Amino acid sequence: MLEILIYILLGIGIFFNVLAGVGLLRFPDVYTRLHAGTKCTTFGSIFICGSVIILGLKMWYQGSTDGSVLAIHTVGALVAILLTNPTGAHAIARAAHKSGVEPVGAVVDSLRKKSTKKAVKKKTEVKE
Amino acid sequence: MMDFEYLVVLLALLFCVIMAMIRVIRGPTAPDRIVGLDTINTIVISGMVIFGAAFNEVIYIDVAIVYALLSFITTLFIAKYLEGGDF
Repeated sequence: MLEILIYILLGIGIFFNVLAGVGLLRFPDVYTRLHAGTKCTTFGSIFICGSVIILGLKMWYQGSTDGSVLAIHTVGALVAILLTNPTGAHAIARAAHKSGVEPVGAVVDSLRKKSTKKAVKKKTEVKE
Repeated sequence: MMDFEYLVVLLALLFCVIMAMIRVIRGPTAPDRIVGLDTINTIVISGMVIFGAAFNEVIYIDVAIVYALLSFITTLFIAKYLEGGDF
């Protein structure tokens, strides 16, 4: 019974990771690619780590001390992924917008005025 | 020896890494390549967790934690470099 749950969680995680790869290849823009490549891998990693945690708890229940160590360290890896991945995605998106990459097909870009003003200011400061 | 199901999972993760690597090579702009690298980092972390479960060794998962933190610092540094300005 628990084995079937582990396989289902592994399957969901692999499905979302493959979706991330396909979206990374097919989307037209940096921002949409970031959307696919970061969110889908975070969600898939949650399920893969969850399957390993359940495997460790099952081994611990069956009487081996290795299982508890496996589960606890996998929780640590999951916390590291959950803290670092969205922060890195936000930093990449901010850097892409500031370095002048335009969103494809965007009608309104309300962040653009601020960044262009800042860029012009910086250029004039350099000239002076 | 590795079980069959973990081998299948790792081959699927390898397929994802190859697709992200195509984006890193072809990407028109520099942020595209960084997005591909970030995706490869996350997939490698989940692959290390799967390795730890397959061989029943905890040291792989410790390596995964350190890899996650170091790749986060690398991504932040490259993003800061692309943004321009002074550090």
